[in-house]
Amino acid sequence: MLLIYCPYCEEERSELEFRGAGDAHIARSTNIAAISDEEFEAYFFLRENPKGMIFERWRHIHGCGRFFNAARDTVSDRFVKTYKAGEPKPDLHPAPATAATVETYEALEGDAQ
Amino acid sequence: MADLTQAVRRAPLTGLHGGSSTVRLTPAAPASHISLRAGPDAVFALSGALGLDLPTRPKGSASANGRTAIWLGPDEWLVIDENGADLVAIAGSSGALHAATDVSHRNTAIIVAGPGAASAINAGCPQDLSLAVFPVGAGSRTILGKAEIVLLRLAEDTFRVECWRSFSTYVFGMLTEGAEDASA
Repeated sequence: MLLIYCPYCEEERSELEFRGAGDAHIARSTNIAAISDEEFEAYFFLRENPKGMIFERWRHIHGCGRFFNAARDTVSDRFVKTYKAGEPKPDLHPAPATAATVETYEALEGDAQ
Repeated sequence: MADLTQAVRRAPLTGLHGGSSTVRLTPAAPASHISLRAGPDAVFALSGALGLDLPTRPKGSASANGRTAIWLGPDEWLVIDENGADLVAIAGSSGALHAATDVSHRNTAIIVAGPGAASAINAGCPQDLSLAVFPVGAGSRTILGKAEIVLLRLAEDTFRVECWRSFSTYVFGMLTEGAEDASA
């Protein structure tokens, strides 16, 4: 079970109390009616889906109910840092090392007969 | 002429009892509840009106004269009055900006008592209930199996489990299973 540090409850809680809420730091245009269809598409639909570090919104829905932001490694699922909503994106340089081995089905079970 | 029949209000868990050799499960007596939302500016005035110091730290709670306030979030509390006071009116008398919603009929509670109480709750709740982390007086919104609950530690071996009434039979069943496991 993953433990996630809630910056409002100031302690680690089980993942069962949380719910993911998509990418963080996506700024809505201040004049949404003026932007082009392509710009709206990029703002509303297009996401990076990176392999490695991703900044996401999470909600402690079965706890304090607050939204907060988290830097998470999509390979290892490790939460590198969580911080309150509205705070700037943290500087994570040098980037934390990701897990060296990726546990895939083939790697673990490939030789099983 | 037929006698007039009277509608009788039944609490959701009326008559239920359960537990095991180390845990006792009892439905709590009906109480009035409000969900209270307010900013930090209103905390002092609301504390005065309610007659207790609203907790401002995570997992905090405060009790006075049968009334308990549990910190749920940075601007959210659950206030329980076991004497059935009109908490919405009391909060309204504070004069401070706030939102108080009466949830008395939405919530019901189960008292879990006995040496195996923490183990019984941990059967479905992922929180660390050791005394160092969840001391007497600690309270928190969390999850029990599939149902959201508000947990309050009344004593070392006694907890109050607040849940929505529609989930109450499920929560009672989960706790019964947990109580049996705790004494195994």
